[in-house]
Amino acid sequence: MAMLEIKDLEVYYGMIQAIKGVSFEVNEGEVIALIGANGAGKTTILHTITGLLEAKKGSVVFDDKDITKTPAHKIVSMGMAHVPEGRRVFANLSVLQNLKMGAYTRKDKDEIAGNLETVYRRFPRLEERQNQLAGTLSGGEQQMLAMGRALMSQPRIILMDEPSMGLSPIFVNEIFDIIKEVSASGTTVLLVEQNAKKALSISNRAYVLETGKIVLEGKASELLNNDSIKKAYLGE
Amino acid sequence: MSFISYLINGISLGSVYAIIALGYTMVYGIAKMLNFAHGDVIMVGGFTIFFAVSMQGFPSIVGILLAVVLCTLLGITIEYIAYRPLRQAASSLAVLITAIGVSYFLQNMALLIFGANTKAFTSVVTVPAIKLAEGQIMISGETIVTIISCIVIMIGLTLFINKTKAGQAMLAVSEDKGAAQLMGINVNGTISLTFAIGSALAAIAGMLLCSAYPSLTPYTGSMPGIKAFVAAVFGGIGSIPGALIGGIVLGIIEILGKAYISSQMADAIVFLVLIVVLLVKPTGILGKKIKEKV
Repeated sequence: MAMLEIKDLEVYYGMIQAIKGVSFEVNEGEVIALIGANGAGKTTILHTITGLLEAKKGSVVFDDKDITKTPAHKIVSMGMAHVPEGRRVFANLSVLQNLKMGAYTRKDKDEIAGNLETVYRRFPRLEERQNQLAGTLSGGEQQMLAMGRALMSQPRIILMDEPSMGLSPIFVNEIFDIIKEVSASGTTVLLVEQNAKKALSISNRAYVLETGKIVLEGKASELLNNDSIKKAYLGE
Repeated sequence: MSFISYLINGISLGSVYAIIALGYTMVYGIAKMLNFAHGDVIMVGGFTIFFAVSMQGFPSIVGILLAVVLCTLLGITIEYIAYRPLRQAASSLAVLITAIGVSYFLQNMALLIFGANTKAFTSVVTVPAIKLAEGQIMISGETIVTIISCIVIMIGLTLFINKTKAGQAMLAVSEDKGAAQLMGINVNGTISLTFAIGSALAAIAGMLLCSAYPSLTPYTGSMPGIKAFVAAVFGGIGSIPGALIGGIVLGIIEILGKAYISSQMADAIVFLVLIVVLLVKPTGILGKKIKEKV
């Protein structure tokens, strides 16, 4: 039984159809990559899963529960966190306030303190800067903050949208190492990336998206050696 | 000595503007809209107290509580019926025009119920006046209550925003509605709460305003509403300390202008100051710089 199941999803922006019947599934413990060019619909799919956008047709099922129509603010307490594209940290709040915002739905103070400790252990840099305004962090640090903020809700699945976007190569490697760690600690990961090579290198399986449709799917290791993928996405 | 009296009166009037300006500035900061019906909620608060205390003979405190409850519900209802359906609208002008419509609707409802005649509002403040400097300066009970109310409200609101979860949710929503939702924050609920707080403060402002200037018409809230909006812009719209500073400065300018320049020109001076401030510092005194994100 899949943890997250997307079925025949169709999403529109006004009259324009952005997602044209997409189906895929994510099993517990997997790292799944959703790759494709700019405008293929990757972000749209993530936004529809967490309720920021409405699906016109199709369904999103999480833990056997249909969450297609569930409002966005009720998703996180079900165990699903979303690290949005462009990080979207709260720039005028401190690093610590941002992290606490991630635990907004959690009630238990000891648990929140424990989660904070875990996040700080994973991102020591955030602890050093906990009283700094998030807007003053570098791009890579903001990405770490966005991930840390999502982890504060103790999710069972985490959706990450272009975590490597706009980062220096060193930070890109660091971010991907962290994603591996998050996965190793038992959290399921759904990863959207333009950096297909990196994404495939840490994923179990992947889906390739082209203008709102899945055109290819399979084991990440196989896709890495697929000729058409190599040509279109890996620049080989 | 008269200068000090004018100054105190200015601070008092400015405190009322500040309390009203809070409603504008919070709603703007969180819902990103200008609620031009806010001033008329003050008038509804005034009429509620007038109806309960002067017409029905209830004790003042009952009238005040009734006004706060009614205005809170009114604020939530206005947001729910008139503004929420337009939140996804393509143009932010749609909701602005709707707000002006709501403003006229409230004025005309009051006209229909209470008529156009000016009502003599009986002050609900029972605090005695105090005399200072051997009787040369007299501070009215209304002035004392107004200034104290403003201080209490400012401290209370600051604590609420910084110390409570709902307050933190407001900060998050004001920065990024989408990201706030991903944190599990109910954006619609947070906006409702903002309207509730703003409208409750408008009821208190109505009580203070009508007690200090005891005449009540359906248009009572309109001019103070506009001036409080000026105060909010002046202090930096979206900023709570900005509303306080803008309100007090505006109140002082208005009273001193009336006293030393011309009572007819006082309003013109107020708006002139706004124009100058906006020319020099377009974001207002404490306004945040608008950051362009790439």
